[in-house]
Amino acid sequence: MLSNPFSVRSSFREMERLRREMNDLFETLDRGPRMSLATTYPAMNVWTNPDGAVVTAELPGVNPDDLEISVQGDTLTLRGARNPEPLNEGEAFHRRERGSGKFQRAFQLPFAVDASKVEASYELGVLSITLPRAESDKPKKIQVTSA
Amino acid sequence: MAESKEIEVQEAEKQELAESGAERTRAQRAFVPRVDIYETNEAIAVIADMPGVDAGSVDITLEQNVLTINGYVNEKRPEGYTLAYAEYRTGDFVRSFTLSNQIDQDRIEAGVKDGVLRLHLPKIKPTSKKIAVSGS
Repeated sequence: MLSNPFSVRSSFREMERLRREMNDLFETLDRGPRMSLATTYPAMNVWTNPDGAVVTAELPGVNPDDLEISVQGDTLTLRGARNPEPLNEGEAFHRRERGSGKFQRAFQLPFAVDASKVEASYELGVLSITLPRAESDKPKKIQVTSA
Repeated sequence: MAESKEIEVQEAEKQELAESGAERTRAQRAFVPRVDIYETNEAIAVIADMPGVDAGSVDITLEQNVLTINGYVNEKRPEGYTLAYAEYRTGDFVRSFTLSNQIDQDRIEAGVKDGVLRLHLPKIKPTSKKIAVSGS
């Protein structure tokens, strides 16, 4: 038997369906940007000149030995970890805002990098990676000769 | 909390200091450093992320029971390069805390390493005093 669309029960059912749809909608809205943001640790600044780039990132309290930097073509990949603060028995955190754990980030540069000349330094919690542009990638100046 | 957890999203963003109370006179942005605070029987430990700050550029004051941390950052700009793309901004670090315990001001220890400030604030030991009652 067909249910009466105006019955109390079916209008409740309809409201329930709407509620679920709205929830799904907000959930996807909520999830979308968060997922894309999650890959952007650490934040990076990129400084350039015609011969290459310097990438800086704030990574306080990271052991430089735990940082792994690799370059392939025009892509810089940074991997690392920060250890959580060790607590002894009977000690408790009042506040815990500093994140810890593993991170990984790949960054594409607008040019091919000469991987053999990449240098990195870590000072005062700031990582700085110098990425010279590959000679083969640099624009060639073409001499015009007049006959 | 799992230790291998990915660093949280919010971590990527620095919180800028909202202008409240005393205004600043330096022409620099100011950020609120992220901190861990924990307490032991003898002391309170404050650990603050302040990238770009060294031992000479950090100011710690304790007045009454308000602890204030000031970190002055002089950004090192790569010479001969121009900033092409930025995801974070730099500036000073400022943050104040109200401490509930009595702190032994003379024994405060502070150290900065790799852009992380560590403060050790020893509590004053409660001493029991015997009060003599004089009867005449």
